[in-house]
Amino acid sequence: MLAPRDAQDLRQIVADAAVAGRTLELVGGGTRRGFGAPRETTEVSLAGLSGVIDYDPAELVLTVRPGTALADIQALVASEGQMLAFEPWGGEGSTIGGAVAAGVAGSRRVTAGSARDHLLGFTAVSGRGETFVAGAKVVKNVTGYDLPKLLAGSWGRLGAMTELTLKVLPAPRMTVTLAAQGLSPVAAHAAMACALGSNAEISAAAHLRRGLTLLRVSGFVPSVEARCGAVPAILARHCEPRRLAEAEGASLWAEAMTGDALAGAVRWQVHLPPRHAPALIDRLQPLGIDWAMDWGGGRLWVALDGEGQEVREEAARLDGEAALVRAPGTMRAHIPAIHPRAAGLAALEQRVRRAFDPTGVFATGRFLEDVHADQLPA
Amino acid sequence: MSIAMPAPDAGTIAKRGRIVAAMRSIVPGEGVMDDPDALRPWESDGLTAYRQPPMLVVLPETVEQVSAVLRWCHAEGVRVVPRGSGTSLSGGALPLADAVLLGMGKFKRVLHIDYEDRVAVVQPGVTNLAITQAVEGRGFYYAPDPSSQIACSIGGNVAENSGGVHCLKYGLTTNNVLGVELVLMDGEVVRLGGDRLDPAGLDMLGVVVGSEGLLGVVTEVTVRILPKPETARAVLVGFPDAESAGACVAQVIAEGIIPAGMEMMDRPAIHAAEAFVNVGYPLDVGALLIVEVDGPAAECDHLIGEIVRIADGNGATTIRVSTDEAERMAFWAGRKAAFPAVGRISPDYYCMDGTIPRRRLPEVLRQMEELSAHYGLGVANVFHAGDGNLHPLIFYDANIPGELDRAEEFGNAILRLCVEVGGVLTGEHGVGIEKRDLMPEMFGEEDLKQQQRVKCAFDAELLLNPGKVFPTLHRCAELGRVHVHHGALPFPELERF
Repeated sequence: MLAPRDAQDLRQIVADAAVAGRTLELVGGGTRRGFGAPRETTEVSLAGLSGVIDYDPAELVLTVRPGTALADIQALVASEGQMLAFEPWGGEGSTIGGAVAAGVAGSRRVTAGSARDHLLGFTAVSGRGETFVAGAKVVKNVTGYDLPKLLAGSWGRLGAMTELTLKVLPAPRMTVTLAAQGLSPVAAHAAMACALGSNAEISAAAHLRRGLTLLRVSGFVPSVEARCGAVPAILARHCEPRRLAEAEGASLWAEAMTGDALAGAVRWQVHLPPRHAPALIDRLQPLGIDWAMDWGGGRLWVALDGEGQEVREEAARLDGEAALVRAPGTMRAHIPAIHPRAAGLAALEQRVRRAFDPTGVFATGRFLEDVHADQLPA
Repeated sequence: MSIAMPAPDAGTIAKRGRIVAAMRSIVPGEGVMDDPDALRPWESDGLTAYRQPPMLVVLPETVEQVSAVLRWCHAEGVRVVPRGSGTSLSGGALPLADAVLLGMGKFKRVLHIDYEDRVAVVQPGVTNLAITQAVEGRGFYYAPDPSSQIACSIGGNVAENSGGVHCLKYGLTTNNVLGVELVLMDGEVVRLGGDRLDPAGLDMLGVVVGSEGLLGVVTEVTVRILPKPETARAVLVGFPDAESAGACVAQVIAEGIIPAGMEMMDRPAIHAAEAFVNVGYPLDVGALLIVEVDGPAAECDHLIGEIVRIADGNGATTIRVSTDEAERMAFWAGRKAAFPAVGRISPDYYCMDGTIPRRRLPEVLRQMEELSAHYGLGVANVFHAGDGNLHPLIFYDANIPGELDRAEEFGNAILRLCVEVGGVLTGEHGVGIEKRDLMPEMFGEEDLKQQQRVKCAFDAELLLNPGKVFPTLHRCAELGRVHVHHGALPFPELERF
């Protein structure tokens, strides 16, 4: 494990690796190492690059180093009554750089966007060992290509971010969870669609397998009260939601958002048009799956014992894509973690990847398609 | 008129007849125009100071035609400039003398709307406002609302990552587009995203939005639609100066309020607008704020109360709260008419578009006054105050020799100032040709090269919309060069661009 002390150190490490033809894996808190194929490579810890560089709450902008603990950042912005609106989450020790590079988002993603929508700018070291910046430190900017979108969710395959500028937003003064019991997946999707399409400004909607449908109402107190009052009439045709105690609500959202509580050694994360989520659940029932719907049905966690490659196949038939987020190493060695893309798009992605990392410093074998595509004739 | 475009390629111009014939074989009927009189209406976009009739105009109607046009041009090394409605304020759709102008105006259909999943699939020539019109009957709308929304197309919005007055709360185009069908310069058709969130792999959609027509031609767009807010109310607040108005804006946000819109106007803009539309703006103030909130009535009532309190505490001299829809619209009428209003008091004006950290506003306005005196040209400011996006309008008269050049120099000085205080060259209008040569003010050489390498991954021959965004054209082979000192490359068989 290499442990650069600062951005300059890191640049040298990458430049040396590029020259020597070695590969490097960028590691934040190391909490998501289990995503992707088992690989043998040199790890570079970004823990030494930590700390807040600039935070001006009134400007809604926060600049930090990648190794800063996610929990520390969330505590800092909370102390100013603000939040990272994409609701990043992760295990103990998870870092902001890791969460952004993994494109992690919580239940609020359905209304507030993902990591890609909140990364305004960065400084990074490319696979060429060169330092470059993109985006900016203001909330509104269209100058040059929006490379922050590419870096968010890229799993460290394009460059090593040494500084991230994120958009922060005011945290709601009050959050209420409304819950309805006993809905089928079809009925739950309809209820969530009705709620998300209403004037009640529902910020998140999820449905757990035990028949529990969750709706989140947040904002200023008088507004939250008024909207909570309006929801029963809005959902009259669907269900009778009741108000949950705050602590109960929070733990249920954690369940819907992470899929961690699901039973099964193998876990898939499926992104699909919400209307298809009930059909996918139905088709996968014979496999004995456990599941949870988030994002109004747009994200479906599926857990099971056994490989369950049918999850990916059936998801694709319903315009969805399935990522393999937890599995034994033997399975991860032959099944790509990220849903395969159509040939033309896959080739374009590889060209973009090489635009940042021509010698493959960050191509560690973690993502099977990277190796595969590189071996295709140009 | 200081911005130079790439020199036309004599070889391309010499084979114009063959190009026209090839285009006619792909796009039949009147979809190919080559008559000089027919080309003249296409010679500029919203940046009207720059004009250049295209070599020819092609108006395809199907994705197959777009693909065939691009494939042929790619094989023949012919440049292509894509165009939506031609409302770009930065010259993004300025034609080239040796390029095909590819107009997407015939792609006008709304293809599919799913109200349950809140998405609409439309063709790129559909106007921004037409998307809202297609879904408003069911209580939905498309959130980004650039001022040109009656005319500008969603395809152009994707190219420019367009904003609008509501984007602090609802985001820019990039935050509201879920997918596109894109034709690459070699004719290949790819789908990026779709009607689901966070598609697999690298976020190619994210880099295509805002790429100013340099990466591909969009032939279909999937957007998210939102439930129309139940109510909207506005407060009109006058302040003695920009400092106190700026302090009010900062406090509104610091107290956790993200208004649907928060617009500031300075004294010259207020006077020009009031003289034009007569909506009762106070004329004795140094800065005017329009703050709009939307949502359920209970939320609007609460927020209006908070905003009035904050405005009062920051020395507001006038505070008017809209009591009905007509009054709210009246508050906005002046702001929305600010550009034509300035057009009445000055023969020509030049609209700038920098973003600054809001806390630097007072000093930026002060320095802008000094620059105004230095260049001998007036300036009025309208400002998306919530997100720090400034729109200085520089007054000039194109009939006075040298004034346009001076206006451009003044504009450049303002944008340099924006970058100097930690801001950017463009908040929503795009770089185009207008700010192209200023890019090195904001980005170093390596930063620009890295962006250009992305361009090379999409269009290695640099045939699509050349001369825009990047001040220096590097050949892709040169950008892709890898310096290897000792060891061999890990994938020696690979072509490096």
